[in-house]
Amino acid sequence: MADDVLIRAEGLGKKYVIGHESTERYTSMRDVIARSARSFGRAAKDLVTGKPIYQGDRLEDFWALRDVSFEIRRGDVVGIVGRNGAGKSTLLKVLSRITEPTEGRVVIKGRVASLLEVGTGFHPELTGRENIYLNGAVLGMPRAEVRRKFDEIVAFANVEKFLDTPVKRYSSGMYVRLAFAVAAHLEPEILVVDEVLAVGDAEFQKKCLGKMEDVASNGRTVLFVSHNMSAVSSLCKSGMLLSNGRLDFTGSAEKVIERYAQATVEEYDVSFAPDRNKPSITRVTIDRQELMKHNLKLVLEFETPEPLRTPIGGIILRAMNGEPVWGSNGRFHPRTSEANGALNGRLICEASNLPLHPGHYLVSVWLSDWHTDHDAKVDHLSIAIGDDWVNSTRPSTSVIGYLDWPATWESVAC
Amino acid sequence: MNESDSTPNPPSDIANVDGPIPTHETRGRTMREDGERILVLEAGRAEKNYWADLWAYRELFFILAWRDIAVQYKQTVIGAAWAIVRPLLTMLIFTIIFGRLAKLPSEGSVPYPIMVMVGMLPWFLMSTILSQASSSLVQNHNLVSKVYFPRLIVPSASAVVAIIDFAVALLVLAGMFLFFGFLPDWRFIFLPLFVVFAFLTALGPALLLASLNVKYRDFRFILPFIVQFGLYVSPVGFSSSVVPAQWRLLYSANPAVAVIDGFRWCLLGGEAEIFWPGFGLGVGMAVLFLWLGISTFRATEKTFADII
Repeated sequence: MADDVLIRAEGLGKKYVIGHESTERYTSMRDVIARSARSFGRAAKDLVTGKPIYQGDRLEDFWALRDVSFEIRRGDVVGIVGRNGAGKSTLLKVLSRITEPTEGRVVIKGRVASLLEVGTGFHPELTGRENIYLNGAVLGMPRAEVRRKFDEIVAFANVEKFLDTPVKRYSSGMYVRLAFAVAAHLEPEILVVDEVLAVGDAEFQKKCLGKMEDVASNGRTVLFVSHNMSAVSSLCKSGMLLSNGRLDFTGSAEKVIERYAQATVEEYDVSFAPDRNKPSITRVTIDRQELMKHNLKLVLEFETPEPLRTPIGGIILRAMNGEPVWGSNGRFHPRTSEANGALNGRLICEASNLPLHPGHYLVSVWLSDWHTDHDAKVDHLSIAIGDDWVNSTRPSTSVIGYLDWPATWESVAC
Repeated sequence: MNESDSTPNPPSDIANVDGPIPTHETRGRTMREDGERILVLEAGRAEKNYWADLWAYRELFFILAWRDIAVQYKQTVIGAAWAIVRPLLTMLIFTIIFGRLAKLPSEGSVPYPIMVMVGMLPWFLMSTILSQASSSLVQNHNLVSKVYFPRLIVPSASAVVAIIDFAVALLVLAGMFLFFGFLPDWRFIFLPLFVVFAFLTALGPALLLASLNVKYRDFRFILPFIVQFGLYVSPVGFSSSVVPAQWRLLYSANPAVAVIDGFRWCLLGGEAEIFWPGFGLGVGMAVLFLWLGISTFRATEKTFADII
């Protein structure tokens, strides 16, 4: 392989086996016994042959990653984007040797440091000082190197006063700062970073991004997974878009972000198989056109074996880092009650002029019968609010917050 | 090797590749380029450099062992006292039950409490290793699922905690020697050897249980039973010489028998004799378990991150 290619992946695939519980309309004692005997038999066989045991009686192969090939050259800073479950984290796990690929191969030249989580190995009972050494060792920094950079790390994290306090007494901000500070002082040839910048306060995030830019401009090779498009576009030169475990698109960071924005359109309409035993949500749709104008129009369809006395729906909008931003439900917001007692029905939620910054949000919905919750679909829809969300003049929502309240700026000369 | 060119994360599974890779400068620091070596990740690829990798990660081993020890003694009121109280009380009970009530003979003229205590030390060493190491992977799941290192480090490092407890209990034994006016002879210089033997004897089953525990969590329910059962099956509260001669060899298939007999031989000043055929069998069993433990562990290691 060419001299400046540091990572080359060829037909990379990672398969997981997942088990399903098949749902039967009627359960009889005989079926239950037969089924448990079957799965016990399989479990016993797996135990003997050394395979993992799976729950459920139907097994399904799930390819978290399939047929992924790419080359990364020395000095490349590559953003990896994709929806939840697209295979980004699996790819990073394979590259950092945590898990083995099922097929294909990767050739890596040079030392890889992976940062899949801040503060891996941090122990709450240990002091800040002790945790710096512990975390350093976990990330692969020799003691001597940690000792040399110790003051720098402490200064970066700004925790001088609490060095000898157990980290369980730290505020979450201090904890994250300390953890990132250790990681930021790694000096590998290839740095693999998962979404770790979505933590900490805005000022610290800026500091982290600055540090990452330092690393990148030093000719280090960086692979960076993020949902934060402004971070990707400011840090990365090129990008990869993963969807459903496959490499959908590679190109410049801008192109990849554009493509990612288009790819998200699909998730405005999701259907679910109904559960025959309890009330369930069967379909959720959101009007894409209205969203561009910051109006939310959501339709939740449900099906139930027993009539619901007072069907109530709820919605939660979450930012891409999982933080809830806005929510509403029929208990405290006005609702009508025409579907009371129905076996099939729709709950329609409308909210106009949502004062949210343009960007991506995840939608969770739930269904209940007054105070009894029956079904929840968490983060199944991914929506983009506004039509100008890839706007470089706006800081990302993880920096500036989610509320978009117009303000005016007067410029006055004195 | 000086500090600045040590590479802490050396690639294992190294293959030779044609053509030299040029060394390069990074931020004024020369990275060691390990000659013409690259890392290949592939399904089912045997890691040729596994043991070298294990050595390269020794610092992580020491720091994890240190962490476990520090944490164990940090927020406990009795801390080290627990390591004293547990064997001392068990010794007392066993002396009363086996020595006084059942009137079993001691080894030669050795006071019964001392004989029990000398058997108790390796037993607690082994059972602590077994319970610490077998749950260690599950306890450290955040490490296992987020960073790479040879997984063997985790159970071995947690087993080290047991050695600290053992050292504390050894002081108790020294106190008992003084109290009873009984002193071991020259044979006690072999003690370190038997400590290593006890460690390895326990490590085999511990690794086996640790890897099974990742896959099948019900093994953690089996473990306390094994430990409980083993305490009575092994010659802890009594001398192995009370076992009828025709059953002696079969009894020695339990490797803990060899360890405990070894400890008694080495610490009881020539009063306890070793039953050599049985001892040989015990050592053989220990080696077999160690091999079984390591090979099972190595075979399942790669899937730990996926199923933990």
